[in-house]
Amino acid sequence: MSGFTRHRRSGKVIATFSGFEADLLRSLASQLVELLRNEAAVPRDHGDPLEAMLSFEGPTAEPDDPVLARLFPTAYPDDEEASAEFRRFTEGSLRDGKAAGAATVIDTLEEAGLPTQLGDERLVIDVELDPATALVWLKSLTDLRLALATRLEVEQDDEAYWASLPDDDPRSQAHDIYEWIGVLQETLVDALP
Amino acid sequence: MATTSPVEVEPDLTPDEVTLTSKPWVTIVWNDPVNLMSYVTYVFQTYFGYDRKKAEKLMLEVHHDGKSAVSNGTREEMERDVQAMHEYGLWATLEKQ
Repeated sequence: MSGFTRHRRSGKVIATFSGFEADLLRSLASQLVELLRNEAAVPRDHGDPLEAMLSFEGPTAEPDDPVLARLFPTAYPDDEEASAEFRRFTEGSLRDGKAAGAATVIDTLEEAGLPTQLGDERLVIDVELDPATALVWLKSLTDLRLALATRLEVEQDDEAYWASLPDDDPRSQAHDIYEWIGVLQETLVDALP
Repeated sequence: MATTSPVEVEPDLTPDEVTLTSKPWVTIVWNDPVNLMSYVTYVFQTYFGYDRKKAEKLMLEVHHDGKSAVSNGTREEMERDVQAMHEYGLWATLEKQ
């Protein structure tokens, strides 16, 4: 994997993935979509269950899941009421935006030839992004990295810890994937005009 | 009609700092162990329209000081900026200075 480059003549951002890499990205992106849609973004302060069901308001409390809490941070650290209001008006559309972004990543890979079931191990996927789609990818790769890092409890300057884990440790393998997406994102930032 | 008198202006003062008092809210971006320095710089350039030099300066403040005030304005403007930063996956909050 050499990551993204910009095609000089067309200005499009291009990358080549192995079938395995493309399948891995798709799997992570679909897990993110699941997570964003599963833990219901509903207000919790309703005393009346009927009123709660009929409410179309956004959530007011920080999500339980640490990944979601990182994706939707509290806007006013010292003001619970203002934070709840902010969340009520923003979290729904932020969730939709991030889910749509991850879905775009999946669509791009499938339109570039990634089959529903990965069969041929020699499969190569050429991805071509126009500027708008490249920005969607950039944001979505960020979301994927934030999600993985939160699950792995990545901290500042902890490279030595990850390097010390045995290769067959699943956490080490997950961290390798996290780093791979980081390289991918770095090349994408560099390839953008 | 007002007339101007010859006053010395701090040459280092940027327009942002001059108008700070009329725009009392700030958007704070916090350091996190995940976001790439190149990406954070890119976001500051793309979203705020800052030139590369200013974007890098703010990014380095986030990186070294743990946080940086990246924009200021009315409360509504800052809520929009914070929401946009969350769209980009940056950890942002707002406060009155």
